Amino acid sequence: MKQYIIRRSSYSLLSLFLLSLTIFFFVRVTGDPATLLVEPGASAADIAAIHQRFGLDKPLWTQYGLFVWSLFQGDLGQSFYYQTPVFELYLDRLPNSLLLAFVAMSLSLLIGIPAGIMASVQVGRFWDGFGKLFTLLGQSLPSFLVGLVLILVFSVYLGWLPSSGAGTPLHLIMPAFALGWYFAASHMRLTRSSMLEVLGSEYIKLARLKGLPQSMIIAKHAFKNALIPVLTLAGINVVVMVNVAVVVETVFAWPGIGRLLYEGITFRDFPIVQGVVIMGGGMIVIVNLVIDILYAIIDPRIRLES
Amino acid sequence: MTGAPLLELDKLSTHYVSAQGSRVVRAVDEVTLSIHAGETLGIVGESGSGKSTLALTILRVLPPAARIVSGRMMFEGEDLVTKSDEEMRHVRGKRIAMILQDPMASLNPLFTIGDQVSEPIRVHEGESRAKAWTRARELLKAVRIPSPETRLTQYPHEMSGGMRQRIVGAIGIACEPRLLIADEPTTSLDLTIQAQYLKLLGDLQKAHGLALIFITHNLGIVAKMCDQLAVMYAGRVVESGPVSQIFNRPAHPYTRALLNSIPVMGDPDKRLTAIDGQPPDMSTMPPGCSFAPRCTSVMPRCREAEPPPFVVGEGRISRCWLAEPATGGAELRVAGGVA
Ligand SMILES: Nc1ncnc2c1ncn2[C@@H]1O[C@H](COP(=O)(O)OP(=O)(O)OP(=O)(O)O)[C@@H](O)[C@H]1O
Ligand code: SF4
Ligand SMILES: [Mg+2]
Repeated sequence: MKQYIIRRSSYSLLSLFLLSLTIFFFVRVTGDPATLLVEPGASAADIAAIHQRFGLDKPLWTQYGLFVWSLFQGDLGQSFYYQTPVFELYLDRLPNSLLLAFVAMSLSLLIGIPAGIMASVQVGRFWDGFGKLFTLLGQSLPSFLVGLVLILVFSVYLGWLPSSGAGTPLHLIMPAFALGWYFAASHMRLTRSSMLEVLGSEYIKLARLKGLPQSMIIAKHAFKNALIPVLTLAGINVVVMVNVAVVVETVFAWPGIGRLLYEGITFRDFPIVQGVVIMGGGMIVIVNLVIDILYAIIDPRIRLES
Repeated sequence: MTGAPLLELDKLSTHYVSAQGSRVVRAVDEVTLSIHAGETLGIVGESGSGKSTLALTILRVLPPAARIVSGRMMFEGEDLVTKSDEEMRHVRGKRIAMILQDPMASLNPLFTIGDQVSEPIRVHEGESRAKAWTRARELLKAVRIPSPETRLTQYPHEMSGGMRQRIVGAIGIACEPRLLIADEPTTSLDLTIQAQYLKLLGDLQKAHGLALIFITHNLGIVAKMCDQLAVMYAGRVVESGPVSQIFNRPAHPYTRALLNSIPVMGDPDKRLTAIDGQPPDMSTMPPGCSFAPRCTSVMPRCREAEPPPFVVGEGRISRCWLAEPATGGAELRVAGGVA
């Protein structure tokens, strides 16, 4: 078991290392940040001065080394543009991202779980087919498209909801829906398959044999068991949501982490981009690691495998 | 036994139909059987012969792929085949109860024992939670669970396999059904626990005067527990009648083979595997007698036409051409052997 944890942890570290390498060089391909930080028509000397100030004049490998070195010390660096530590900016935006993820998750569960149950009870019939269509749409329509359609309908035509920004609960509805959309489909699918598995179990057969009403069999005996994997997935997905909301936050100008990343990219603010990506990658890697370890504790077959 | 039977199955057939309708498994095929109040009927047969499907058909708790395609099930004067789902619900757990083959998986892991044992009482008799729990405690006592009070508030994973099996038994008798169907576990528990469980079933039957259908692989248990016996092969009851008569003079070659395969020391865990050949693939049944490929007395006509049930004695039936009355029962066996 100890060996397994060590092995899994080293894989995690390796993937984080590869991520840091990729993002470091990738962000530098986007261009020179100095050109965006100086006045138009600034001299070569001014630009050189900025390079020097941010350490951009050093060889790439030295820059990378410094970046990783500060990471190990828990330092994500300073934003070029805001002139404040990236971590502070990150913490500033985190509550907004969490709020959005929380509401989007609630929406996706509110839609996904009942739809999944309907589909499982009606397997092969109308609601199941409807659910399949919904899953297909949910997983194939990109969230920016959903976002734009929402803005078009509810802001432009109907004028019910603000199209961008934050501050009131009304601002939250459309981005949460656009973000929760994809996840609703995946929660529906898992609820359906999990329900089907439970409905085929011996204890459901016994519940039938007892003469319990169908509603009680579904709502009491099957639902509670089927919910366990769905809630596990939802827990993971909250973390995922916080980190994949870039597009939705940009479309709706929601001031979260995704929006911060977007700003970082447009301003070529390397430390912001690197910091946000590393934080996101780190969170996802840790969640995966914890899940793998928990599964290994539950299932001895995984533990013993080589 | 005299008087009308408690349950009478008449040419009952249940088929599993695959999603495309291309594959049909005749898991229960024209089964005719009856059981009287207070009687014990043993059903034996190899794995896959349709025993569990027959039991689930009686309660109409079948998987979606299964259809009752024909026949009647007269229970206390009513045909269970034609009852509505809601009417059937009031039969299940109340008038007919069943103990499933897998007692380990039969209890819901997320609810307490007390909740699960008291459930049928609350649903069928409208008892309050408190009263139903009191009765659940009595039931646990009846199935000899030590310290029932604390067990009520525990969860299934806190119990041993033998204990869970008893609890499932307690659920079975919770509403004092007229008929209890017990499907014997295939993955057997500890032998002494198994013996205790069988004794418990027998005691419960005597105490409550219920009819018992006992499904097993084990003829030794049948000899000990049952009054009547039905032998199933490939979905059909190939022989049925009083246990003592069948044991003394089996009429069907399959029954004979089964009896010969009983181990001398009566190992209660022994499976019916000692017969040469494989059970048939039930989705592609050849014409004629389904036992023909393995039968030592097989005749040419066995492969052409399927033998109907012949009466071979008081309350006895055999589905074998050897039992055809026109040629005379007893001698035929010799003749058949020669042919
Ligand atoms: N859900 C199902 N779908 C299709 N075929 C099935 C299904 N359940 C059982 N069968 C088939 O029906 C036949 C009878 O199965 P059944 O479970 O009734 O046998 P059994 O006598 O109880 O066997 P065992 O002694 O192993 O419990 C088998 O051929 C089996 O393959
Ligand atoms: S009908 Fe023929 S094949 Fe079938 S059991 Fe009788 S003798 Fe054997
Ligand atoms: Mg079975």
